[in-house]
Amino acid sequence: MKSILSPHLLRLEAEAIFIMREVVAEFERPVMLYSIGKDSGVMLHIAQKAFFPAKPPFPLLHVDTTWKFQEMIAFRDQTAARVGMELLVHINEDGVRRGVSPVASGSSVHTQVMKTEGLRQALDKWKFDAAFGGARRDEEKSRAKERIFSHRSTAHAWDPRNQRPELWNIFNTRIKPGESMRVFPLSNWTEIDVWDYIAAEEVPIVPLYLAKERPVVERGGALIMVDDDRLPLLPGETPRMEKVRFRTLGCYPLTGAMRSEASTLPEILAEMRASTMSEREGRLIDHDESGSMEKKKREGYF
Amino acid sequence: MLESVAAASSHGLSTPTETSDAAPPPTLRLLTCGSVDDGKSTLIGRLLFEQSLIFDDHFAALERDSKRHGTTGDDIDFALLVDGLEAEREQGITIDVAYRYVSTPRRAFIIADTPGHEQYTRNMATAASSASLAILLVDARKGLLTQTCRHAAIVSLIGIRHVVLAVNKIDLTGFDEAGFNKIVADFKAFAATLGFASITPIPISARHGDNVSEKSANTPWHKGPALLSFLETVEVEEDQSAKPFRFPVQWVNRPHLDFRGFAGTIASGTVRPGDEIVVAGSGKTSKVARIVAADGDLASAGAGEAVTLTLADELDIARGDLLSDAKSRPDVSDQFAAHLIWMSEDKLMPGRSYLLKSGAKTVPVTVTELKHRIDVNTLGQLPARTLSLNEVGVCNLATASPIAFDPYADNHTTGSFILIDRATNATAAAGLVSFGLRRATNIHRHGLSIGKLDRARLNNQKPAVLWFTGLSGSGKSTISNLVESWLFAHGLRTVLLDGDNIRHGLNKNLGFTEVDRVENIRRVGEVAKLMTDAGLIVLCSFISPFAAERQLVRDLLDDGEFLEVFVDTPIEECIARDPKGLYKKAIAGEIKNFTGVDQRYEAPLNPEMIVARDGQTPQQAAAAIVKELIRRGFIDSFADPGDDFSI
Ligand SMILES: Nc1nc2c(ncn2[C@@H]2O[C@H](COP(=O)(O)OP(=O)(O)OP(=O)(O)O)[C@@H](O)[C@H]2O)c(=O)[nH]1
Ligand SMILES: [Mg+2]
Repeated sequence: MKSILSPHLLRLEAEAIFIMREVVAEFERPVMLYSIGKDSGVMLHIAQKAFFPAKPPFPLLHVDTTWKFQEMIAFRDQTAARVGMELLVHINEDGVRRGVSPVASGSSVHTQVMKTEGLRQALDKWKFDAAFGGARRDEEKSRAKERIFSHRSTAHAWDPRNQRPELWNIFNTRIKPGESMRVFPLSNWTEIDVWDYIAAEEVPIVPLYLAKERPVVERGGALIMVDDDRLPLLPGETPRMEKVRFRTLGCYPLTGAMRSEASTLPEILAEMRASTMSEREGRLIDHDESGSMEKKKREGYF
Repeated sequence: MLESVAAASSHGLSTPTETSDAAPPPTLRLLTCGSVDDGKSTLIGRLLFEQSLIFDDHFAALERDSKRHGTTGDDIDFALLVDGLEAEREQGITIDVAYRYVSTPRRAFIIADTPGHEQYTRNMATAASSASLAILLVDARKGLLTQTCRHAAIVSLIGIRHVVLAVNKIDLTGFDEAGFNKIVADFKAFAATLGFASITPIPISARHGDNVSEKSANTPWHKGPALLSFLETVEVEEDQSAKPFRFPVQWVNRPHLDFRGFAGTIASGTVRPGDEIVVAGSGKTSKVARIVAADGDLASAGAGEAVTLTLADELDIARGDLLSDAKSRPDVSDQFAAHLIWMSEDKLMPGRSYLLKSGAKTVPVTVTELKHRIDVNTLGQLPARTLSLNEVGVCNLATASPIAFDPYADNHTTGSFILIDRATNATAAAGLVSFGLRRATNIHRHGLSIGKLDRARLNNQKPAVLWFTGLSGSGKSTISNLVESWLFAHGLRTVLLDGDNIRHGLNKNLGFTEVDRVENIRRVGEVAKLMTDAGLIVLCSFISPFAAERQLVRDLLDDGEFLEVFVDTPIEECIARDPKGLYKKAIAGEIKNFTGVDQRYEAPLNPEMIVARDGQTPQQAAAAIVKELIRRGFIDSFADPGDDFSI
């Protein structure tokens, strides 16, 4: 079935396709970071179009922190099977051995070790020279500053003060051995664009985005879903069922749910348009300090 | 100030489709620019705030940040909404572009906030390259500054046609009308040659919101619109689909042997199955067979769409080729004139090899001549030997192999390029093609039938220079090729210097003015002399219109070595043949300095040989020349060529 995309979405889609093709043509070993979320889903959907009738000529990579919601892992494996692309999964085994977890180590250590270091390990292990990420500029103020083709040093570091000028649609893709490029095909999309696109193109999404009765506990103002018995309950805490959904999906003890009745896409869109909170508000890792995203990115976080 | 914060607490995102049934105007891409501290970031922050586009948690962070980094005392510092890098917040300046996405019920906007600081001008140019409107801010107290002018010049150069002249901080001049009018008049005078289609002056206060979303009671004298309502309604888009079809091949899609598709984004024009296209570089043509898309083949596709085309014929097409409308072709050349905006700390080095990337094509390139630099204050020309960071210059460039392009004025996609430093991989410059240099554009290569190694075979011969002179299209190359073929077939060592081929290499940097033609022939003469030193029979085929230069070559060589062959085809016959369509263009005035049309040809007075007269065919002419070489003892008479090679 052919969907009718608005001229606005068509233009964004065409831009993403152009970026993906440019990477495939100019890099030796590209990979697509697949984080299972809605942005990854849109990115993967567009990749199917960009290379049709061929399959996207790169594998998918998931850096598994071992704390993803169970539904996410199931959805990930289904998705890889559906699109017929190779799925690589990397876990920072060293972090696992050291017992790093969001519960025991706190959110910032967990993110640093299991996500940032895990990603660096994976990119080094498979020697990828370009990695697609689904990040958007409207997510966060330092992302708003990042180029579509974001150059990384051999240590995976981003230098925000010395970014290559990016003119017209001509991307300077040249790197030295050991350096790499992070590439963001959805840079110019907003959260609303993503949902509009998901609705128009019927892009499959993890059911966690839709409201449903789920077991949660309330902590520090955030609703944490009890996804398995690894989450130690504090004294006096008993999970209760609430109709919630997730606006963004990370590691389960680090991602707050929101109370919601929106169990269909149109309802989500309506809710979104009325929302007064930002998307990353539910991400507990970003709250540490105002410049924290930039800091993480300089260290090689996506 | 803070009271209004409470009023804006119901933040909501809206999309343009929500409230109206009519098609909304297309998304507007714009940038803010102007000198440092003129209030660009504050304006964007204010706009986001007034449009209720700031989430509660972001607003809470902004209040905290304003206390810590703010430049506005106790007030909210809206610039901190866009100045997202730590270094920017600490220094209170913008360093790199921030992209913000704004939707009002009437239109969606992609806004790029750019740095005013001179050091970061390249980041401003980055933002300008994808925008179609610029808000140029001026501080009402300061008026036009150097950086205001530089930004205006870059905005114009990049081809943005619509400018809002936002005279900001009008609150600090007591909303002074006369001061505003003076700045507007100054700017209009400065911008007179910048070719903007519209300049819309608006007095604003980014900090307090005057004339930002709504017209201000403080400026009753301002008859124009408030900024937002102007942006919501302005029409800026040029219809790229109406231009000739251009399709840079980005990637060849070859999933299996039965499918060969060319993936790319249509730069301009539209395409339908059955359309005739040409591969600009090779000149090969075919027809579009299918427009392949994941949801089913398309009946047509237009500018901006990312598609995959298949063709009716198996042509040799690779990434970097440009598929074009066969009836309206781009230039194909290895030389062109362009504007460069220099973006690297390392200065431009004319003569040094850079990489040029245009569309999907990357080729080595050198700047052969830097003509001048542009003075951003006066827009005048300054002599220059190099370009430094953020300077703009005009130069000629030569690529290692021909590329297909259009002038930037006609097509921003096929007329733009970047230069990459081969050592550091830095993006060294942004380039905008002015025009192809004729000498390369209209020269079509002749395939030489004999290779270099073949010629190295030793034989009995006397070195000589056979100098073919005559009008364009008179048959010089054809005849000299025939002669060389015969000589080669008889084991003689030859080399052919062709008027067309030598201009692709040795004489790349020369045009067709009198001065350049003289230098062209001088160099050929020197080369021919070296070749005779090597014992070769040198065939030179050049229009060489001036007697003095032919004499110059004769004088370079030993007595008797120079044999002038006058290919005397009448001009009427040359015009009728017009094998390369050049006479047509010259007569139409599209090519200047064309021999026989608007430049004289001085016929030889005492040539060693005259051929092509009285309907002599090229075969007969070649046979006559070979006979003459034998008669003069340059080659042995072991093989009489007969009177006509065609027999
Ligand atoms: N009084 C007054 N102050 C203003 C106005 N607009 C901006 N300012 C102040 O001018 C200072 C500089 O503003 P910015 O928005 O950072 O300027 P900018 O043009 O973005 O500067 P760069 O990006 O570094 O070039 C800040 O302290 C603003 O609060 C205005 O309309 N009135
Ligand atoms: Mg600024």
